[in-house]
Amino acid sequence: MTGFAQNTFNGLVSGAFYALLALGLAVIFGMLRVVNFAHGAFYMLGAFGAYVLLTEAGVPFWAALVIMPVGLGLLGMALERAVIHRLTKLDPLYNFLLTFGLTLILQDLVKLRYGVQSSPYATPSLLSGSVDFGLFDFPTYRVFILGFTVLLCVAVWWALTRTRIGMVVRAATERPDLTRAFGIDVGRWVTPVFGFGIGLAGLAGVLAAPMRAVNPLMGADLIIVVFAVVVIGGLGSIFGSVAAGFGIGLVQAWGESYLSNFPIVSQTIVFIVMAGVLLWRPAGLFGREEAPA
Amino acid sequence: MRRTMGVAAASAAVVLVAGCGGGGPQSSGDGKLTGDKIVLGVLNDQSGVYSELSGKNSVTAVEMAIADFTAKYGDKAVTKDITVETADHQNKPDVANSKAQEMYDRKGVDLILDVPTSSAALKVADVAKEKKRLYFNIGAATTDLTGKSCNKYTFHYAYDTYMLANGTGKTTTEQIGKNWYILYPNYAFGQDMEKSFSTAITAAGGTVVGKDGAPFPNTSGDFSTFLLKAPNLNPKPDVLGTMQAGAELVNVVKQYNEFKLRDKGVDLAVGLMFLTDIHSLTPAALAGTTYTDAWYWNFDAKNREFADRFQQKAGTRPTFAHAANYSAALQYLEAVQAAGTDDADAVVKGLEGKTVEDVFLRNGKIRAEDHRVVHDAYLAQVKPQSEVTEPWDYVKVLKTIPAAEAFRAPSADCKL
Repeated sequence: MTGFAQNTFNGLVSGAFYALLALGLAVIFGMLRVVNFAHGAFYMLGAFGAYVLLTEAGVPFWAALVIMPVGLGLLGMALERAVIHRLTKLDPLYNFLLTFGLTLILQDLVKLRYGVQSSPYATPSLLSGSVDFGLFDFPTYRVFILGFTVLLCVAVWWALTRTRIGMVVRAATERPDLTRAFGIDVGRWVTPVFGFGIGLAGLAGVLAAPMRAVNPLMGADLIIVVFAVVVIGGLGSIFGSVAAGFGIGLVQAWGESYLSNFPIVSQTIVFIVMAGVLLWRPAGLFGREEAPA
Repeated sequence: MRRTMGVAAASAAVVLVAGCGGGGPQSSGDGKLTGDKIVLGVLNDQSGVYSELSGKNSVTAVEMAIADFTAKYGDKAVTKDITVETADHQNKPDVANSKAQEMYDRKGVDLILDVPTSSAALKVADVAKEKKRLYFNIGAATTDLTGKSCNKYTFHYAYDTYMLANGTGKTTTEQIGKNWYILYPNYAFGQDMEKSFSTAITAAGGTVVGKDGAPFPNTSGDFSTFLLKAPNLNPKPDVLGTMQAGAELVNVVKQYNEFKLRDKGVDLAVGLMFLTDIHSLTPAALAGTTYTDAWYWNFDAKNREFADRFQQKAGTRPTFAHAANYSAALQYLEAVQAAGTDDADAVVKGLEGKTVEDVFLRNGKIRAEDHRVVHDAYLAQVKPQSEVTEPWDYVKVLKTIPAAEAFRAPSADCKL
């Protein structure tokens, strides 16, 4: 029982990272119809930025948690204005090439300056202990990540459903053409939404720095699973991406602990789930089939 | 007539003996060297995961060897024209294969050095065999280089999986704890390490109470499932042996500390670790961890003198791979000097069975049977943060593992 509870908890913590990254990808895809392959690179920049802020400017974790998402969000907005928005009317192949190229450039810039070795980043002292849950104890930092992510997801959900901006974003995410027909200037919201998605990736990166290896390739490894998460949740579905993020975290943790005698299954479980979901619901769990244009 | 013949033969013999023993030909350009020069090739990872532990600093180490050799022999050196060629194999076997061919055929390389990543290393061994040119592997761990893939022109220098398992597995079992839980990345290197470690632990009277192959690459970056399982096994393991490398090792150690396994009575032993790994994790995160080191820069005055010179050029302390590259280049040049030619067969003949002492090879011997270069190895332990008094001086050597014990006996699979 203790083991199961611990694995479940860990699965949710892994899932929190997937959910944050998938949420950003989902809003960006919804609004711009751009599959952002550079998302993992921004996650990496978030973690690396936190490391550079700490070692070169003495900026602690808590400040980095605000500075990096805001800074990367602004960088994202600049990139959207400069290059990304030129792609929205072109073949999706172009956006694949551009965002993939962007990933390589960002990774290599970091490599050039900091090498490929992982950089050290300590857990903030306030969160370095562990919390006793009776049956088992759990690292405080993991409890923090889970609580923080859940709060953030709730806040985003509230903003999307209870505010006017949220309504516009949601409408434009699901049916940009219809929204435009109602006289809403969808274009105005595209840049800030892109920045917001990038900011979330940066935030996930800062959160990862104390518990994961901080190196230029950390985003490239993770992003493959995040794409699977987005597809499972339903491309463009905001709720679906968060739910699938946590769900896949759980499935992976359970798979590793209970199917460890079948390494082939436990290593590919995410993709097995993805294949199963797509057979059953081709648009993903919470996605809707696109209306024919 | 017969008498003159005898005198001529005798004087020829004298000249030859003097030539071999006394420092070689007096001048170059006598056709003993191909192209009248020696070209050393460093083939390794120059931008990827292994670029810090060897990479461009291995080239620096080889250049130091050339400078030391030239300074030692001066005008008596077999040649003063010694150059270095380098190439990036990106840890890919196919790239390593074509780069090695290019080095031997087009760049006139006499000896290829380094080549981390076992799969790439084995490809280069095939090329060396085919081209009949020399190859000293330093960066790769597979015992196949001196086992079923051994050949006349390939030598394996610094370390291998047997040395790591025998050192860390055996000594940790004897000194720290009998019960082990082994976590390994589920691919060729990890599986090989797991087998070698299990054998060494059992032979030392220990037990492997559990072992798990973690997904490789572990895309989630999370090892908590395995780390949480460890203290709950029955019987409880005393040691967690991790075979992960690079960024995955960093993840395992970060999370090992997060779950406070040391406080729960589970010590950490690492299968393969380089000085650069300790630097990136910080000694605080690894304090108390034991591992096997092929060489340590601050072990004694001789090593430190080399490390100081290296730091002046490279800006960092040398890993064992850097020191081994230096030693390999130096011993090759000495062998060419002694043979008076860079002809591969003659150099191999001079190297086989030779005993060597230098800054890297202590009680070193180049085994004739399988071309394994054996030498003393060390069981090392990462110091607690309070004992770290200067940058890069992160470990203390607990024990010297004598050369005769550190490496396996020549394998029956190897037919040179």
